[in-house]
Amino acid sequence: MARAAVSGRLGARLRWQAATLVERREETASAQTLVFDVPGWAGHLAGQHVDVRLTAEDGYSTQRSYSLASAQDADRLELTVQRVPDGEVSPYLIEGLAVGDRIEIRGPVGGWFVWRPEQREPVLLVAGGSGLVPLMAMIRAREAEGSRAPFRLLYSLREPADRLYAPDLERGSAGLDVTYVYTRSAPQGATRPPGRLAPADLVQWGWPPDFEPTVYVCGPTGFVEAAAVQLVAQGHDPGRIRTERFGPSGG
Amino acid sequence: MDAIVPADPYADSYLDGNALAGPLSELFAVDVTAAVSRCAHCGSTGPVALLRVYPRGPGLTARCPDCSGVVLRLVRGPDTAWLDMRGAVRLAVPLAD
Ligand SMILES: Cc1cc2nc3c(=O)[nH]c(=O)nc-3n(C[C@H](O)[C@H](O)[C@H](O)COP(=O)(O)OP(=O)(O)OC[C@H]3O[C@@H](n4cnc5c(N)ncnc54)[C@H](O)[C@@H]3O)c2cc1C
Ligand SMILES: [Zn+2]
Repeated sequence: MARAAVSGRLGARLRWQAATLVERREETASAQTLVFDVPGWAGHLAGQHVDVRLTAEDGYSTQRSYSLASAQDADRLELTVQRVPDGEVSPYLIEGLAVGDRIEIRGPVGGWFVWRPEQREPVLLVAGGSGLVPLMAMIRAREAEGSRAPFRLLYSLREPADRLYAPDLERGSAGLDVTYVYTRSAPQGATRPPGRLAPADLVQWGWPPDFEPTVYVCGPTGFVEAAAVQLVAQGHDPGRIRTERFGPSGG
Repeated sequence: MDAIVPADPYADSYLDGNALAGPLSELFAVDVTAAVSRCAHCGSTGPVALLRVYPRGPGLTARCPDCSGVVLRLVRGPDTAWLDMRGAVRLAVPLAD
C-alpha cells in the first residue's frame, strides 16, 4: 500500500539509485513516457516526484525534477518528459537515452503536493501543458484504489496534437469530468473559442468554493500563478490550493 | 487591494518549496516540505512547500511568499551541504506516521 511504503521510508535519508530505461512510449511529437526499472522501488504517492541526475564522463553533473506519472507499481516507475527546445536535460532524456541505459534518481520525494486515497472531498485538477503529469498520477491512483471522490480536470494546452494520455482520458472513469481548454486552436466543433484559461472556465468547469474542493494546480510557473490567483479571488480557501510550478518553460 | 509591488524580473523563474524535497532529503530523515516554517522577517507561517524557490543562483534560495524575505538557503558542495536557516524562526515537523 502507498501509505506503508512511504512510512517505511521515514528514518532513512534518501540516496541516489540507479534506474534502467526499459521502455519508451511516444505521447505526442514532443513528449515521451519513459519507463524505468528500479530494483527495490518502494512505491510512491500520486503527485510525488523524483530528481534525475545525469553525469557526463568528465564528471559534470546536472539535476532536474520529474513527476511520477503512474499509480504505484512495484519496481517500475514512469516519467513523462516534455521536450523543452534548447533544454539541457529534457532533449537528452527523449533522444539521447537508449533502452538499457541507466540514469540516477532520488525519490520519491514531496509530501505536500499529493493526493491520498483516503481523501473523500471533491478534487479539482488544473493542468497547464506537461503539468498534467502528476495530476494524471492522481487520476490513475483514484481509479486503481476504486475511490469515489469526484474529480474534475481542467487541462489547458495549445492544440489537440499536444494532448498527453489522450487514450486514457478518452476512456474516462465514472466520477471524473475532463474539460480541455485550448489556447491556440481547438478541434472542429469545439464550443469554447481558443484562448488562455479564464476565470469563467474555472467557474463553469471547476467546483464552487462552498463544496470545499482540494485544488491541485500544476504547470509552468506563470500558468500556476495566474490560476491560483483566480481561484483565491473566486473564494477558494488558499489552504486548499496546492501548487507545483515546473519553472519558466516546464510545459 | 494589496500595495502595488514593483514588477519582479524573476517572476517566472521560481518553483514551489516542493522542489526542495529532494535536496533536503539528503540532510533530513523526514519530509521537510510538509513542515510549517515561521518567517523571521514578517512572522507569517506556512508549509515549506509554499515557499518560493529560486533555483538558478549558487544553490537554492527559498523566499517567503508573503514578504519575499529569504527563509532558507541551501548550497551543496562536493562533500558538504551548507544550510542557512536564519530566515526561519522555527520549523514544526509533523511526525504523524
Ligand atoms: C517538482 C517538479 C516536477 C516536474 N515534473 C516534470 C514532468 O513531469 N515532466 C516534465 O517534462 N517536466 C517536469 N518538470 C520540469 C523539469 O524539471 C525541467 O525543468 C524541464 O524538463 C526543462 O529542463 P531542461 O534541462 O530540458 O531545460 P533547461 O536547460 O533547464 O532550460 C529550459 C529553458 O528555460 C530557459 N531558461 C533557463 N534559465 C532560465 C531563467 N532563469 N529564466 C527564464 N528562462 C530560463 C532556457 O533557455 C531553456 O529554454 C518539473 C519541475 C519541477 C520543479
Ligand atoms: Zn515573510
